[in-house]
Amino acid sequence: MTLQDTPAAMVRARGLRKLYGDFEAVRGIDVEVNRGESFGFLGPNGAGKSSTMRMIAAVSPPSGGELSILGMDPQTQGPEIRSRIGVCPQEDTLDNELNVRDNLVVYGRYFGIPRREVAERADELLDFVQLTDRSRAKVEDLSGGMKRRLTIARTLVNKPDLLLLDEPTTGLDPQARHLLWDRLFRLKHQGVTIVLTTHYMDEAEQLCDRLVVMDGGRIVAEGSPLDLIRTHSTREVAELRFGVGEHEALAAKVEDLAERVEVLPDRLLLYTSDGEEALAKVHERGLSPAAVLVRRSTLEDVFLRLTGRTLVD
Amino acid sequence: MSQATTTRITRFDLVARQLDYWVTVYKRTWRGSVITSFVMPLLYVTAMGVLLGGFIEQGPEALEGAPTYLAFVAPGLVAAHAMQTATGEVTWPVMGMIKWSRTYFAMTATPLRPSDIVAAQLLFVTFRVASACGVFLLVLAIFGVFASVGGLLLAWLVQILIGLAFATVFFGFSAMLKHESGFSIVYRLIVIPQFLFSGAFFPISNLSPTLEWLARLTPLWHGVDLTRMLLLDRVDGSAALVHLAYLTTMAVLGWWFAASRLTKRLAL
Repeated sequence: MTLQDTPAAMVRARGLRKLYGDFEAVRGIDVEVNRGESFGFLGPNGAGKSSTMRMIAAVSPPSGGELSILGMDPQTQGPEIRSRIGVCPQEDTLDNELNVRDNLVVYGRYFGIPRREVAERADELLDFVQLTDRSRAKVEDLSGGMKRRLTIARTLVNKPDLLLLDEPTTGLDPQARHLLWDRLFRLKHQGVTIVLTTHYMDEAEQLCDRLVVMDGGRIVAEGSPLDLIRTHSTREVAELRFGVGEHEALAAKVEDLAERVEVLPDRLLLYTSDGEEALAKVHERGLSPAAVLVRRSTLEDVFLRLTGRTLVD
Repeated sequence: MSQATTTRITRFDLVARQLDYWVTVYKRTWRGSVITSFVMPLLYVTAMGVLLGGFIEQGPEALEGAPTYLAFVAPGLVAAHAMQTATGEVTWPVMGMIKWSRTYFAMTATPLRPSDIVAAQLLFVTFRVASACGVFLLVLAIFGVFASVGGLLLAWLVQILIGLAFATVFFGFSAMLKHESGFSIVYRLIVIPQFLFSGAFFPISNLSPTLEWLARLTPLWHGVDLTRMLLLDRVDGSAALVHLAYLTTMAVLGWWFAASRLTKRLAL
């Protein structure tokens, strides 16, 4: 079966649910990921992202609703689906007993790739993730970033049509993150469909054409990063810092200058279409904040608005 | 449309794809396992069979027909070795692949299903039992403890069956177990008591009637008795069939148990 035969929807979920005992981790979500798209699941810890990813990876059976992956049913065609997807788990599952290259070769064999072909592909992939000079090294001697790159390389060994990445860059330094982003961009240009979870908003803005925000097992917003900012936040944000403890009282004095004012322990946030103008009016009222910052609204503002600032765990 | 053109992947294919993994694992460990599987039987047979056996002057009527104590104890040692080799391969290693190395989770991200993983690993255990017990039987042959070559070969096949009976059941148990402390209970309450009291070292008729009855229920006794019949060339057809049926049933039910437990454990 070639990519062209696949229906346009690579992933299609309707009312998808996942229960663990009495706990409902995913509470009926509708998702559709189209071919060639980069799709993100955003949400705080415990939002149900990873449970959703495991169902899409055809390893965790859904507790309810409909799910089709590459046009197939994960309940009955698990091996066929998994043959064509690449899964990068949240925690590395590399084999510490094998060297770097053997991790790719042995894993590639599970897909039924002939030995000679898998050997060639292992070398290409090591080059792709810049690990060629470590090919004989033990996995346990690699740094966190190298292990992550090796995991990504392993994810690609079967030339997947659909790539599932569960928090691919968590714990990486900026260099390693940018290298990974660059590699993911290249894959996207080759037509690979990417589904990823992250709680880094810059990562979502960089990588995702479209995303959903999940909270408490439900989808609370959906759209492109820009759409979400337009719908759920203002164009700009003015941040004002006064003395500690003064913010609560001062909020009332600037309330009418913005669409929404948020009081934090260390600053006031004025959500407005024109930050400079709002700031000028703040000064006209005789208020003089110790520090000010006018910036564009980001996905992070949307995220915090939708999922709250309270710690989840 | 598209679905019709997707070829189904067979069980055989999915199991065969794991060959390279197990070959790689074995390449790393074979030296140690070859030495222990040769040296351990040599030490056991020398200490228990030859030296301890030297003090035992009982004849065939007290030793279930064995001419010497060495001939009596040797088949029991082989069968116990099959049990222990199989058990060792599916206790800590299985828990490790779930909890520590998480290798099974890497495997289920590929076309492999949990039952394919169980099947391939049990084939590896079979290979380990077959080679370890094969070496053991060769050591016994050197000591002259066999009545016929045919019996020796059949006894070797029986060791594989004993290994599978224990490996499948303990695989399932390990797949359920949350904490490794459960293994010390298994060894203290199941493996070692069977090793000592299931007729490997003395005829179970020496036990009190209740304990003898209990010993007859243990899988190891069925394995020991069958192995002894074959090595002494004193086969009792109906008893042999009961032993075979017992061990085969245990292996088949155990296979189902292992596959279903690992499936449940990995389907988070």
